[in-house]
Amino acid sequence: MTLATAQRVLTQLRHDPRTIALMVLVPSVLMVMLRYVFDSAPVFSQIAPALLGFFPFLLMFLVTSITTLRERSSGTLERLLTTPMAKLDLLVGYAIAFSLVALAQVALAVTVSLWLGLDIAGSVWALVLIALLDALLGVALGLFASAFARTEFQAVQFMPIVVLPQLLVCGLFQPRGDMADVLRWFSDAMPLSYAVESLQRVAGSATLDATYLRGALVLAGSAALALGSAAVTLRRQSA
Amino acid sequence: MLDIQRSLPRFNHMINSALISSALTIARGGTTVLDGIDVHVHHAAITGVLGPSGCGKTTLMRAIVGTQRITSGTMTVLGRAAGDPSLRSAIGYASQQASVYDDLTVLQNIRYFASAVRAPDGDVNRVIDQVDLRAFADRLTGRLSGGQRSRVSLAIALLGSPRLLVLDEPTVGLDPVLREDLWSLFARLASAGMTLLVSSHVMDEAERCDELLLMRDGRVLTQDTPGALMQRTGTDRMDAAFLRLISGKPTG
Repeated sequence: MTLATAQRVLTQLRHDPRTIALMVLVPSVLMVMLRYVFDSAPVFSQIAPALLGFFPFLLMFLVTSITTLRERSSGTLERLLTTPMAKLDLLVGYAIAFSLVALAQVALAVTVSLWLGLDIAGSVWALVLIALLDALLGVALGLFASAFARTEFQAVQFMPIVVLPQLLVCGLFQPRGDMADVLRWFSDAMPLSYAVESLQRVAGSATLDATYLRGALVLAGSAALALGSAAVTLRRQSA
Repeated sequence: MLDIQRSLPRFNHMINSALISSALTIARGGTTVLDGIDVHVHHAAITGVLGPSGCGKTTLMRAIVGTQRITSGTMTVLGRAAGDPSLRSAIGYASQQASVYDDLTVLQNIRYFASAVRAPDGDVNRVIDQVDLRAFADRLTGRLSGGQRSRVSLAIALLGSPRLLVLDEPTVGLDPVLREDLWSLFARLASAGMTLLVSSHVMDEAERCDELLLMRDGRVLTQDTPGALMQRTGTDRMDAAFLRLISGKPTG
């Protein structure tokens, strides 16, 4: 049943080639822009790994929250909830489908970045893994957040609330240790901070250390937690 | 002995009913949508739920399928409290708005829901034929007409041969020929043992039902067979009978 849902979501996407093109191409186009914003391969190599994790997170969050809301407003969500299907079957099915799209998105963005002169000390696969976990976290948070949105307009507003604060404190603009205490604590609690930390490790060192691993585990754990919360907030009955 | 005799009719009533509500009240956002209604729906028959729009038909149906929280009173469906997990595979439901994926073909929609209700192999083809959509199986659902889309939704409700079929205005937007076909299908399903609850605001459809539940302003005005209702109101048309019942004019 989980796979049936994943297949159904992918089939829906297949009928909408423009959305597929946008999802797969946008991060790569942004990486090209970034490369020429700095106009220097070494600076690009410093910034790019963190953004290779951030763009999939942002895009998957948006796509998932809108898709789930559409499912809600078309009545198909309520219909599915009247069937014996388990709520996690639906949510995990979504996560699988969008993770596959994210895989294509990340693979292309990383390839394009390497071609643009991205130079990292660690393995490309370690980079791809974190970027994918980021995308999965975006999907899971999108599924969770859509429970609190009544309209697509509201759902879009969750993007600045859930995503942008994490971007500000993730260590990309300012080392986390140099922030005001309150923000550093906030940053410690946000999964994206650990993603950036892992990505910076991959960029700077050829061996995978405990910090990298911690980042991967925090991302996977946060995604699982968000999926579980989404299952709890998905109600079969409404008042 | 006396006690048993006294409780016997009540017992009969219970085993003959697929659905019983007692003092069912539902309030949504501060307004009372259903106001203490008592209904019973017979097994293997078509019960029509009729009334002007806004009278609470949809809310009643959502309470039966378990998506609407009940404020007070009880609703027993197939011997269990509405919303019980075991009922999920026993009830087929088609909401008024066709709840289908517009960006999937008819076949893809039905296949997906077939796996959700764990319908047996062959059910997909059976329901497509039952709603006469064979020629449109590979069309994108969003490109179909309103009537065709609602038939896709109906086909999904038929998956897994549920014991109770709850249909909210299934014939809206259909031409007379198709409407006739669907009512014949409903009659065949009922004679095969399925219990059907069908809402409508078209009074001429009332005559196709075995029993009618007339609603107004969140209350049940009356529940009876179409023949008995027309006889009681002294009319030979359902819409006239309904108008008489609403206005509370003396019958005859």
